[in-house]
Amino acid sequence: MKKMTLALAALVGLAATGVQAQTYPTRPVTMIVPFAAGGPTDVIARIVSDHMSRTLGQQIVIENVAGAGGTTGITRAAQSQPDGYTIMMGHMGTHGAAPALYPNLKYDPTKDFAPIGLAAGTPILIVAKKDFPANDLKGFLDYMKANGEKVNMAHAGVGSVSHSTGIFFNSVIKAKPTMVAYRGTGPALNDLMANTVDFMTDQIVNVAPQIQGGNIKAFAIATAQRSPALPNVPTTKEAGLEGYEVSAWNAMFAPKGTPPEIVKKLNDALVKALDDENTKKRLLDLGGVLPTGAERSPEALQKLVESEVARWTPVLKAAGATAE
Amino acid sequence: MGDLFSNLSLGFGVALTLQNLGLAFLGCLVGTLIGVLPGVGPIATIAMLLPITFGLDPTGALIMLAGIYYGAQYGGSTTAILVNIPGEATSVVTALDGHQMARQGRAGVALGIAAIGSFFAGTVATLVIAALGAPLTKLALVFGPTEYFSLMVMGLVFAVVLARGSILKAISMILVGVLLSTVGTDLETGEERMTFGLPFLADGIDFAVLAMGIFGIAEILRNLDHTESRDVVRQAIGRLLPNRDDFKQAYKPVLRGTLIGATLGILPGNGAVLGPFAAYTVEKKLAKDPRRFGRGAIEGVAGPESANNAGAQTSFIPLLTLGIPPNAVMALMVGAMTIHGIVPGPQVMTRNPDLFWGMIASMWVGNLMLLIINLPLVGMWVRLLKVPYRLMFPAILMFCCIGIYSINSLPTDVMFIGLFGLVGYMLMKFGFEPAPMLLGFVLGKLMEENLRRALIISRGSLDTFIDRPISAGLLLVALVLLVLALLPSIRKGRDEVFTE
Repeated sequence: MKKMTLALAALVGLAATGVQAQTYPTRPVTMIVPFAAGGPTDVIARIVSDHMSRTLGQQIVIENVAGAGGTTGITRAAQSQPDGYTIMMGHMGTHGAAPALYPNLKYDPTKDFAPIGLAAGTPILIVAKKDFPANDLKGFLDYMKANGEKVNMAHAGVGSVSHSTGIFFNSVIKAKPTMVAYRGTGPALNDLMANTVDFMTDQIVNVAPQIQGGNIKAFAIATAQRSPALPNVPTTKEAGLEGYEVSAWNAMFAPKGTPPEIVKKLNDALVKALDDENTKKRLLDLGGVLPTGAERSPEALQKLVESEVARWTPVLKAAGATAE
Repeated sequence: MGDLFSNLSLGFGVALTLQNLGLAFLGCLVGTLIGVLPGVGPIATIAMLLPITFGLDPTGALIMLAGIYYGAQYGGSTTAILVNIPGEATSVVTALDGHQMARQGRAGVALGIAAIGSFFAGTVATLVIAALGAPLTKLALVFGPTEYFSLMVMGLVFAVVLARGSILKAISMILVGVLLSTVGTDLETGEERMTFGLPFLADGIDFAVLAMGIFGIAEILRNLDHTESRDVVRQAIGRLLPNRDDFKQAYKPVLRGTLIGATLGILPGNGAVLGPFAAYTVEKKLAKDPRRFGRGAIEGVAGPESANNAGAQTSFIPLLTLGIPPNAVMALMVGAMTIHGIVPGPQVMTRNPDLFWGMIASMWVGNLMLLIINLPLVGMWVRLLKVPYRLMFPAILMFCCIGIYSINSLPTDVMFIGLFGLVGYMLMKFGFEPAPMLLGFVLGKLMEENLRRALIISRGSLDTFIDRPISAGLLLVALVLLVLALLPSIRKGRDEVFTE
């Protein structure tokens, strides 16, 4: 009897979700952004969700749950009801580097989520202080080889994009500069501009204004194409460095078990937002890179997460950059 | 100089349009109201209201957000004075003498002098930003990790002077504060320290949680201990606004506070938090009778409040001229700018002059609005004190819980304020002062991180702190202050205060 009640309950539950999926959304959707308001991921989430709200006919409310390199917010989002009313904006760190950095991570990026789609990425640049004794990437790499540990590399804390991409950079060029940690990109850039530290790798959103203002030098951008925001900065490949192409991607996920119909509705709304001229322009103005047609599906995002976890884990573990 | 005037007139042209005036007013009003709720600081408020600004033009949106920022800053002082709950690190010192004034029936005077001092400081700071913003940027760049560490050492010495009573107790409280600040994930290595494997401790203890518990909840417990003192407050509300004598006592502290706050506000890495502490220390050192401090000295409100507001304002300098946010609120403003399609950086001044100067002009407008909003409200706030305490304390407790939950949405934070409340109550009973502990907590983290950063960059050589002139100067000041505090004659004076 108990079994039957359970089965019945499950059936009713299923039917209910079916109806839910058709009428979804009937109330505001919460999107958890696992970083403080105002950072690159938050800005991208707000720009995209602004347009998505109009398509869905319900407001998407951003909730910033920062902490532990974004894993606090993602853990909470992953454990919430899979009904489509709690979604999240994950990124390269939370869904790529985190398993290597946090051994006690309470979620598996490849298994515990229903991917919605890729939103926008921000390319990584290799930047140095104004007085750095080199003017192009080649000169920089030569200097790194000659000086090794004497060079100071800044980053925005363990688990940050600048930290992961910086460790990756060091492993590609086989150098071991001295790492100097800051709490966030702002203070790190401040010391870079003051010539206190030598170089760092960071997202275009953060460094472009200082490059344009002549306060720091840019050696290369780690993408396949140059950025329209900084047309004079060569790509790593053009500058003669192979194997360092990296961007801080941001993507939307729902908790595992979210009905596929709801995921599709959200993906459609996301794709529509990315096609909107105004939204596109706002993202491009930030120096963002938008996913191409084939990269926008939930399946493509699942593949991306799998390849990113496979890419970051060995690099970060080799560098001993584990958070415990 | 001509440039300055044409720029300012451009700015006022932007700030004084009907729409922007309205937005500045709205921002200040919302900021004040939310700031008065314990725990809900400007960061939570701006983050919550960010989406509302999407429909506005960027200048209007930023004017409104900036208004919320000073409004909340100001509202935080109101709760510090009335119910002894400093919403932010910068209003901890205001609570010391401000709340004592309120207990003596001078709440109106305290609120009034805070508003007037803040307005004066805001006016001066606006002029400083307009005239010297660009050149002062260099100051932010001169302050590297080495200088920062020395500045923090000086700050901790302030904390010793801050305390009433036993120096030994003050120092031990500072050390406890520093220890508490080391809880959480280590910045350099990513290791967790003193978290006992508890996930909610991984990011350390939130300042608001500690301050609200140690000050706010403990204050409630103490009041429930002996209710008769509240009745005194109820009987003697006293004058609402400061009189001539009050001004005479307060104008010099206002001037000094403005100078101190404006200078420290420019520094990167939240140098502004030191402003009110430094101002308080200076006033206490200069006072003919330092014993009045901590017992409702008007200088102890006027100086720090002016420093607080001046610092709040000048901390816009690194943001506006470099695009580099010196603290969390400014980081949020950067986000607001980028969402509105303006990439903050050194180019904003030339590329969006109307936004740049409009914002600067709106700072002064905002300060004026705060004065207009707050002076009439003083009467209302003071009347709040007449509400019987048995009705008031559950309301305060509830707002504390809601406020603290709204910051990180963590249920553990709510429990933590209870725990820290008990700790704070015990400290009070044993005669330990919570203020030095909070200062130790605020500065401890900055001090440790900058010490390690400086040593990594110097490859372990301690000489770096002496070799760099600014750092050496700051350490020297710290040493002199410490010797003064420890001199037997002064110590005797302090003991008298303590045993009395």
